[in-house]
Amino acid sequence: MNTADQYLKAIYLAQRIEDGPASTGTLADILEVSPASVNEMVGKLEDRGLVDHEKYKGASLTEEGLERAHDALQTYCIIERFLANVLEVEEFREEARALESVIDDTVAERLDTIIDRPGECPDCFDPERDYCERLEAGTDGGAD
Amino acid sequence: MSLGQRVSSDHQLTRLLQIGVVLEEVVESRAAHHLDSLPPAERDALDEEVRELLEEAAAESADHRERLEALIDELDADTVSYEEINALVDARYGPPEDTDGVLYDQLANEETAYKFYDDLIEAIEASEGEFAIDRDRLLETLYDIREEEKEGVEEVTEIMERRA
Repeated sequence: MNTADQYLKAIYLAQRIEDGPASTGTLADILEVSPASVNEMVGKLEDRGLVDHEKYKGASLTEEGLERAHDALQTYCIIERFLANVLEVEEFREEARALESVIDDTVAERLDTIIDRPGECPDCFDPERDYCERLEAGTDGGAD
Repeated sequence: MSLGQRVSSDHQLTRLLQIGVVLEEVVESRAAHHLDSLPPAERDALDEEVRELLEEAAAESADHRERLEALIDELDADTVSYEEINALVDARYGPPEDTDGVLYDQLANEETAYKFYDDLIEAIEASEGEFAIDRDRLLETLYDIREEEKEGVEEVTEIMERRA
């Protein structure tokens, strides 16, 4: 997943947490980067028509941005579910975060052919807990 | 969250290689399922060329898997067995409608594997860290596998073009 998609996903989650525009501070916390980096990237996403940014309020996804954020979150859910249910990784949230930049969405689609994912994915993703509320860790397989 | 592609630890490298093994197992299992899923009449009529492609793909995936497993073994970790992945593929498998569908799926397999190894190589090259396994040998193994995946993409594309 590329950096832009990681930002779009973070904005989507921050908007759900804050029930409104995503503030720079919240995005910096989620992405573990500086507020200056957030502002720079939000500006780029705004130029590409993916985000609306209002000074002192924060960033909101446009319709196109929302669609991409949804896809990115779905890819992330696949990675988390794959780690938790196929490789039986206990720390699947931390590992998914560390691996998401290296796993492309086409790769995630293949992994998706062997996992069970609810039809409403990614709406059941819990932004506070950082994983799907319907995810039960450790069912089959295991490589640890 | 980790921004930017980089592999920074043995643990992360191991996990990515384990994912590579599962991808190979999925390719191997789906190729076998495609052959079995066709009704006998269609199976008999299946081009020799397509049958050979699927058999070669399954054999090549098994070979890639063994090479990745050798690296993972040196990193002191395990992999998910083929039987377990085969059972997961089996549980959710929906056969393609016809031979063209089989070829599209095979193309997606090869392209996905190529993309995975390409990203993994880039992330390893971007990292300055030391790994518990020899970096040159690791990269050489991955370069070889990536090259074979590229040839696989070309092979499926050629067959598809001939059939069009």
